[in-house]
Amino acid sequence: MWTFVHKMGSPPWFYRFATIVIRWLLPTVLLALLAGSVWGLLYAPPDFRQGNSYRIIYIHVPAAVVALAGYYVMAIAGLVSLVWKIKMADTAMRAVAPVGAALTFVALVTGAIWGKPTWGAWWVWDARITSMLILFFLYLGVMALFEAYDDKAAAAKACAVLSLVGTVNIPIIYKSVDWWYSLHQPASIKFTGESAIDASMLYPLLLMIGAFYGLFALLVLLNMKAELLGTHRQSAWLRSELR
Amino acid sequence: MPPELGLFLRFQVQRHLSAALRRPGDIFNPLVFFLMVVTLFPLGLGPDPEVLADFAPGIVWVVALLSSLTVSSRLFQADYEDGTLEQLALAPHPLALAAMSEVLSHWLLSGVVLALASPVFAAMLNMPVQAIPTLMLSLVLGTLCLSLTGAIGAALTVGLRRGGVLLSLLTIPLTVPVLIFGVGAVREAALGYDPSGWLALLGALAAGGLVLAPLAAAAGLRISLEL
Repeated sequence: MWTFVHKMGSPPWFYRFATIVIRWLLPTVLLALLAGSVWGLLYAPPDFRQGNSYRIIYIHVPAAVVALAGYYVMAIAGLVSLVWKIKMADTAMRAVAPVGAALTFVALVTGAIWGKPTWGAWWVWDARITSMLILFFLYLGVMALFEAYDDKAAAAKACAVLSLVGTVNIPIIYKSVDWWYSLHQPASIKFTGESAIDASMLYPLLLMIGAFYGLFALLVLLNMKAELLGTHRQSAWLRSELR
Repeated sequence: MPPELGLFLRFQVQRHLSAALRRPGDIFNPLVFFLMVVTLFPLGLGPDPEVLADFAPGIVWVVALLSSLTVSSRLFQADYEDGTLEQLALAPHPLALAAMSEVLSHWLLSGVVLALASPVFAAMLNMPVQAIPTLMLSLVLGTLCLSLTGAIGAALTVGLRRGGVLLSLLTIPLTVPVLIFGVGAVREAALGYDPSGWLALLGALAAGGLVLAPLAAAAGLRISLEL
């Protein structure tokens, strides 16, 4: 187990490992995404109140769930890189940020598209939407901080500190936004039928959530590989790997 | 805390305060900024006193947040430029304590001054009189939280050329709870209810931040100093 972890810290090992994983993950994820979309969009029953418009849930909820989990992945990678100075953890942290930001963006956009027919407005200052928007800002902050440093090793450390600070703060932000929402008491906006979702709708949703986790892992691995190609382009191992 | 650490903290705060007091303009500029932005709101929203009173807690708090952010971009700048920060990092005393002294003196000169001046702004915006003590107390506690958050951002960006906008990008999302709790307290008091719940939350944030934020700021400073 520990030898495996140590090996993962070395770029050549990781590169080979990622190549093998991607070879299996790519078809699996594509298949799961396709199956989940077809099942959710065509075969799941329409909602009795929202009709077919609820089907965007099969993109919206998985994106939101994975976006939030992605921040924790980034923070844990940052912690690992700060404590154990493992270079690959730096790379992982960098690779997660744009993927997480993109998923947050997808969640926000699909939320807006879903909100229009359901609530009659593109944007509503709902607690969850606002929390997601702040999560988006947190991702953007990490990415901007990374770009601002010329020394990329220092940039990775700074981003690790920032993402850890964000992790401490995220529960407080979520709770405070909840209270803010109840303070404002906007009328008549409720998520319909989310708590009591029927199994025929739930299973495709779970499949899509799983598929999005796979997609997240896939994109992060591809990102990390691209990063390694850039930083190690002079190394002998990479040349022999590419031959 | 061992006595020499307390002494270290006190000396550092005294050093910052006396340096700042020799440039009183730096203390008044944020207040002028505050006043100007508060003036913009009636111009933008219209002079109706009822409307202004409704928005007053939010306006005062948002402006306080912005003015605290603009000031905190300079937080470690002077000490970074003249090399004091490097000496402090090499000193046997914890760097977190030095960061805390910087935050505390910054808070005394910006946040507390802002809180003391806030009744004037509250009156200009037609805020109910019974809300003013709560406003001041919430600003005292809240600006400490803002200074602490700003210190983390400032520590991470102190060595960068274009740190200013970046600092806002980094710290604004982290200050959301402070704004919500602060406005909550003032709003509650303006309606004649008991704001102590919100104030307690602000106090908890300030206490927790005082413990954790200097550690994060010190880690950020070490990165910026390339130590």
